[in-house]
Amino acid sequence: MKHAGFDVVVVGGGHAGADAAHAAARLGARTALVTLQKSDIGVMSCNPAIGGLGKGHLVREIDALDGLMGHAADRAGIQFRLLNRRKGPAVQGPRAQSDRKLYSAAMQAALAGTPGLTVIEGEATDLMMSGDAVRGLVLADGSEISAGAVILTTGTFLRGVIHIGDRRRPGGRMGDRPSVRLAERLDGFNLPMGRLKTGTPPRLDGRTIRWDALERQPGDDTPEMFSFLSRKPFVRQIACGITHTNERTHGIIRENLERSAMYGGYIEGVGPRYCPSIEDKVVRFADKESHQVFLEPEGLDVDTVYPNGISTSLPETVQEEYVRSIFGLEDATILQPGYAIEYDYIDPRALNDRLELHDVPGLFLAGQINGTTGYEEAAAQGVVAGLNAALKVQGREPAAFSRMSSYIGVMVDDLITRGVTEPYRVFTSRAEFRLSLRADNADQRLTPFGLSLGCVSEARKAAFSDKMERLEAAKDLLTARSFTPREVEAIGIKVRQDGTRRTGFDLLAFPDIGFEDLIALDQNLAGTDRETREQISKDALYAKYLERQNRDIEALRRDEAHEIPVDFQYLGMDGLSNELAGKLQAARPRTLAQAGRIEGVTPAALTLVLAKLRQAERKRRA
Amino acid sequence: MDTIFALASARGKAGVAVTRLSGPQAWEAGRFLCGTLPEPGRHAVRILRDSAGEPIDRALVLGFSAGHSFTGEDVVEFQTHGSPAVVNTLYRELGAMDGLRMAEPGEFTRRALENGCLNLAQVEGLADLIEAETEAQRAQALRVLSGALGEKAEAWRRDLIRAAALLEATIDFADEEVPVDVSPEVLDLLSGVEESLAGERDGSRISERIRDGFEVAIVGPPNIGKSTLLNMLAGREAAITSEIAGTTRDVIEVRMELDGLPVTVLDTAGLRETEDAVESIGIRRAVERAEAADLRVFLIEHGGSVDALAVQPCDIVATGKADLGRVGGLSVSGKTGEGIDALVARIAETLSDRAANASSAIRLRHRQAIERALDALCAARIEVEQRPDRSELAAEELRSAIRALDSLVGRVDVEDILDEIFASFCLGK
Repeated sequence: MKHAGFDVVVVGGGHAGADAAHAAARLGARTALVTLQKSDIGVMSCNPAIGGLGKGHLVREIDALDGLMGHAADRAGIQFRLLNRRKGPAVQGPRAQSDRKLYSAAMQAALAGTPGLTVIEGEATDLMMSGDAVRGLVLADGSEISAGAVILTTGTFLRGVIHIGDRRRPGGRMGDRPSVRLAERLDGFNLPMGRLKTGTPPRLDGRTIRWDALERQPGDDTPEMFSFLSRKPFVRQIACGITHTNERTHGIIRENLERSAMYGGYIEGVGPRYCPSIEDKVVRFADKESHQVFLEPEGLDVDTVYPNGISTSLPETVQEEYVRSIFGLEDATILQPGYAIEYDYIDPRALNDRLELHDVPGLFLAGQINGTTGYEEAAAQGVVAGLNAALKVQGREPAAFSRMSSYIGVMVDDLITRGVTEPYRVFTSRAEFRLSLRADNADQRLTPFGLSLGCVSEARKAAFSDKMERLEAAKDLLTARSFTPREVEAIGIKVRQDGTRRTGFDLLAFPDIGFEDLIALDQNLAGTDRETREQISKDALYAKYLERQNRDIEALRRDEAHEIPVDFQYLGMDGLSNELAGKLQAARPRTLAQAGRIEGVTPAALTLVLAKLRQAERKRRA
Repeated sequence: MDTIFALASARGKAGVAVTRLSGPQAWEAGRFLCGTLPEPGRHAVRILRDSAGEPIDRALVLGFSAGHSFTGEDVVEFQTHGSPAVVNTLYRELGAMDGLRMAEPGEFTRRALENGCLNLAQVEGLADLIEAETEAQRAQALRVLSGALGEKAEAWRRDLIRAAALLEATIDFADEEVPVDVSPEVLDLLSGVEESLAGERDGSRISERIRDGFEVAIVGPPNIGKSTLLNMLAGREAAITSEIAGTTRDVIEVRMELDGLPVTVLDTAGLRETEDAVESIGIRRAVERAEAADLRVFLIEHGGSVDALAVQPCDIVATGKADLGRVGGLSVSGKTGEGIDALVARIAETLSDRAANASSAIRLRHRQAIERALDALCAARIEVEQRPDRSELAAEELRSAIRALDSLVGRVDVEDILDEIFASFCLGK
């Protein structure tokens, strides 16, 4: 059987797949999302939370481009917290606990309501090829879906193995079957691969937890939403519980260490250092007497609780024993045991910055298959792959995300130029222009880009331009007049009496000056609404640092403007060492800027590459 | 865009040193040093002065406007005397200006390429040029890093990574079990590095001299035997000597080793009032060079003095022409060699004392890096002290500091910082 032809086919309905399909459809591509079961779409296979530091930034960026994740997380949010509230806005990250059912329901509803998007239930088993290029997808029932581009977002399905103690079985996440034939097809491409692992904790029955005895962590009083279009939570809010492991817990774990899949030598994959199993914590930080455990309810009307901080690959009986050694969990029942999962990933250095394989035109990869971890990282890659797959089929210019303007750009660039050594996640420390890449200005950074691509809805467009008009009006007011130090001091604000006239915008950068203080200087400012006041204060705060960064940004932009052809030959280039030439040849940087970030590449080497580029240009022209 | 500068001629002793400035601030910086610049495409002789108004050197100055220069940018070139002392002073001044920095290898060429100012033949010859520059820099870096500075740089690197890791941990792992207030340890680390860097900066003027050699000027009235002394020290007829006062009119430099220290001895025109125009230029130059030298040996008549030049605390004063009759104190004769050994011992002793204080930062580039890093570290420390909550600002300053020290401590990658974080804290909910 043949399905109707599509422009873009997305395989997988996880976080990467959902946002990839939605993004492609937003650009008008006829899009199919192939998943084993419709009900699997938007399932949270790990902890029931979205956002955090860097991750919250990503969700805001996805939202700024009209993606799904923020929209769904707001509808499912049952406890909102803005992390780093006491620090500056650049490093504040929105985070929320999610009701699992509400989350996947919101995802499924959004996809169902997207014009041009068809969800197909089926198992993808093979790719249709035409020479080196991908032409479509074959399903287990033998039916074919032809498409201009295919996006694989298949998570941990590549040789996925689940470990619980010394028990092992092949599988993606719990309950899924790995697709062998598709894996064989990918093997045929001879892509560089590596092996990673990750783990989850046992899920507890909330009815068996002594909540009354536990410390509680409520959400923020004024919840911070993910989407720029949301105003307040959609459902009832709850608190999480906090408890701690103790010496007895650690003793149980130590005694049974050799029964852990990890320590018993059953696992070869590399796990994330920022998400260690409880075994790891006990072994590596042996002198720490206690570790924090967050008890996160998985929903408003379910009893499952996710004990964040005790992921494990110990046998079930040991899991039960150590869980019950923890305060408040003495009678806890385990609903689903914790497990470790090992899987292959494809070295993302085999991808270009559109997340398309260098050697297999038309085949895009997004999410865990690229060596990343985290829902947010997956969804953000989904957006990049979805947009670019659609643009490719439409014969349009690719959408490039830069390190200068988004965490999405930071992540994609890290992945494709440096590869991964452990499951990759974003950190704000990965962004060299951290002060300008804020969660609060994601819309200012990316919505205009989304508008130019055509992936932003009319509703968002209207809301954004209204916000920008108000911001610009406020900025005009703030910069229209400047004040002497004496005038400023007259309203009770301390500044250096250095004779420098300062505008209201300048003054907002001072640590103790708020928008409200400025109204005494200029009554016109009283008319500015609260939201605009807050936003412009954040914009003004880092002005001094941003000016300083501009030189770096300019240099980077210049380097990004020099595009390097895919077939550029580094080997045998005069003046370039063989080692360096080999590295560059393998990485195939798309721009001079990317070349510069490859380890060992010196400014002098870049000059040589640039010289060769220029030479080729001239020869072409001559 | 930064304005960059570098020596366009070979480094080291040479008759003329050509310094090239390129970038948007080239003309502004040029005017700052020499008052007015010649019209674009023309040249003129100017006195280069430092920010205190003190003369650095007389130079031939050339200006090129954007589109008519090697790089395609605004360019100013100074042709100064080839002395490392002059060049170093000039670069110190340039490096202190905001927006100016020393060029990386191949950077002038890079800009020329960007602006389409090289023809195909030039492009093809580039590889050799850049390779040579890179190799020279690499060798230099190797020499520095294998020495005492290497160890210090290693310690700076370790401490900076640790400080950055502490700050970044409070940012990226705010909801996990990291110490809430890392300020005491961060402050400790920052002030430690700051102090050590400042020591390096203060000592590095001397270490430049060790590499290029100390300058010792022989000064005194005419016909006291300065040139004879120089020849004696050099063991050859480096300077013309005669009974006629004012024989030496220009500064004569002879490079030699005194007790193992590389020393350039300068023979200068005798200092006196004169009507002779050429001789008076020589005298002025003698005074300038003697003032800039590391050590002055005053050769005078018994009971005499030199009006044009003040004796500085460590200078050596000796009586000349000892062969004509000995007096007390240090007394030398270039003719018979009398007292020469004692003089050499005194010079060597004085210079060795200074060398002992010398730090090992050799290149001017390093000092400029150190100065930029010091500014940023100081700013970071103030942020930590005054606004411990706002660690993103302290972290930002610390990032600039670490970037500035790239060439000394090696690139600090975010992975290095994450390694430290994960090694120190048990993270992961």
